[in-house]
Amino acid sequence: MAVTLENMPKLVMRFVGVEGANRIDEATRRGVYGTLKKALSMAPLAIVDEVKKSNLRGRGGAGFPTGMKWGFIPKDAKTTYLVINADESEPGTCKDRELLYWDPHTLIEGVLISSYALGCTHAYIYIRGEMIREHRVVQRAVDEAYAQGHLGKLHDTAGRGPWKLDLTVHRGAGAYICGEETSLLNSLEGKRGWPRLKPPFPAVKGLFGQPTIVNNVETIANIPHIIDKGGPWFADLGTPKSGGTRILCMSGHLNKPGVFELPMGIPLRDVIEKVCGGVPGGKKVKAVIPGGSSMPPLDASELDIPMEFDALMTDERIKPVEVRPGIKFDMGGGKALRTMAGSGGVIVMDEDTDLVAVTARIMRFYAHESCGQCTPCREGTGWLARITTRMAKGEGRPGDVDLCASIAHGIAGNTICPLGEAAAWPMLGFLTKFRPEFEAKIRRDLSPEKRAASTQPPLVQIRGTGYMGTALPRGRT
Amino acid sequence: MPLAFTAEAQQKIVAIRARYPNAQAACLPVLHLAQDEFGHISDEAIDVVAAALGLTAAHVWGVVTFYTMYHRHPTGKHILMMCTNVSCMLRGGYDVLHALEKKLGCKAGENSADGEFTLVEEECLAACADAPCLIAGEKYFLKLTPETAIQALEEIKKMPPDHKSHPAGSSGGGH
Repeated sequence: MAVTLENMPKLVMRFVGVEGANRIDEATRRGVYGTLKKALSMAPLAIVDEVKKSNLRGRGGAGFPTGMKWGFIPKDAKTTYLVINADESEPGTCKDRELLYWDPHTLIEGVLISSYALGCTHAYIYIRGEMIREHRVVQRAVDEAYAQGHLGKLHDTAGRGPWKLDLTVHRGAGAYICGEETSLLNSLEGKRGWPRLKPPFPAVKGLFGQPTIVNNVETIANIPHIIDKGGPWFADLGTPKSGGTRILCMSGHLNKPGVFELPMGIPLRDVIEKVCGGVPGGKKVKAVIPGGSSMPPLDASELDIPMEFDALMTDERIKPVEVRPGIKFDMGGGKALRTMAGSGGVIVMDEDTDLVAVTARIMRFYAHESCGQCTPCREGTGWLARITTRMAKGEGRPGDVDLCASIAHGIAGNTICPLGEAAAWPMLGFLTKFRPEFEAKIRRDLSPEKRAASTQPPLVQIRGTGYMGTALPRGRT
Repeated sequence: MPLAFTAEAQQKIVAIRARYPNAQAACLPVLHLAQDEFGHISDEAIDVVAAALGLTAAHVWGVVTFYTMYHRHPTGKHILMMCTNVSCMLRGGYDVLHALEKKLGCKAGENSADGEFTLVEEECLAACADAPCLIAGEKYFLKLTPETAIQALEEIKKMPPDHKSHPAGSSGGGH
């Protein structure tokens, strides 16, 4: 039975706002590391089974079942790695940063339990470079855990004999793409963060060529709760196919924006109105990005959708994304694209928002962050950034709307990693639901004053060249 | 004097190296260390890092230029990371950025004339619920307005410099 706003226990966010809980003495007093002993007395496969029973799904973006992912590690693997993805950078997402700062020890306990289950003896936390404060706090927590003997010292275990774990915090250096798991692995190996072709998947050939599991911070922070109270208990908290609670990062035009741990599948309208106090000035909602800026938006008629992985992908109340009016975007096998729960970054936009300017800002972001490996993404994101920017400035040309749709359609599905989709999906999504606004912008906004007052031209860094400027190099127009 | 790691930094490199099965994996952390020591990653710093890890300078150069946080030119004492991505933009992030540009007399991506600050227009800094947001050193400045951002500059000036070695009074060059 799913929990409600009223009776929901706080799991991963229990220590957010609790001063001192990020130090080991206080954390231990509050019960952190209390589940480790139980976990080490279990067989590793029993832990994996418990995680499978919990219906825990990855909280980083794709929502893949965690237990199933763990099951992909080859049985005869000698060396395996667990890597924690703390490279939170999807626009609109601000949950892992809170967990890293307020509760690093629950994460470390989760890493210990998960590493034991996976047979890993050296785990890595890849933390985003810009998180300078969180890096210090997590490194301090790791040092404390070493001093207390949780890390770096042999434990007696039921399934692996004497076993010990080393844990290294690895700091990124500014690249959104490193949140993509294979890019993250390359970055961890000291290379440019270029995504790798899959297969082979990391579970077979990942970090340093060995079987590797990459999990998000929130995902692993749930593990101690699952082992403590049992997989079925965790599954019961959520919806039939998604266990536990869900953190939503609520930003944009809201009276009370914030980061909230909420019941899985809570309707979006309840979050906006009951949790976040509605939109300032009593304005109406125009659009909502439900899972980070790479996800197609919802419009005002789609706010009753449960905020849950499957519902956002399949609920027929959500209009499918179109390539052009009347032609649905095909995810493969005729499957429609609606939207996704992604990373839990919810951005609410009120009725006065200029959605063309928002789209231009999103496109500029993906152009800046494209790693440059695949031509459709490297070129296409730059084109989308420039065309949407000129539309936002009131300099759009007839045909620009169709041109954007065509470029986006040409990127999606034709790249090594999902950054291509991350740009193409919102582009097509905004056009599907707000096409008249884009067309009106082309026809009407032509006064010089409006052009001058509109958004900045895109500042684009071409990765691997160090070039940064408002115009693109290499003769591109 | 040619650029070189201090004995203390060399010990740190040995400790970093021990955390990974090969030397190449130490590239990012050692570059962070080099930036702390030398202020920015010059061509010479790339050679020093490459030599310390037994990598080619070409590999290190490729890494340095891929990531936005390795500064190829001297920076101000304090790097202002100002977010203007969607959540911040919706709540006035560009107004704050433009106010900072006006106050500092430089554009985003440049150093202020007095060498105190480098202003960087950042992508999402994961503080969306408290937008608009600026990070300086370890500190987050949240729910900014043009006025509170300008006030924050005084506080930031009193903070320790971002990198151990910073070129006093340098200007221009961007990051």
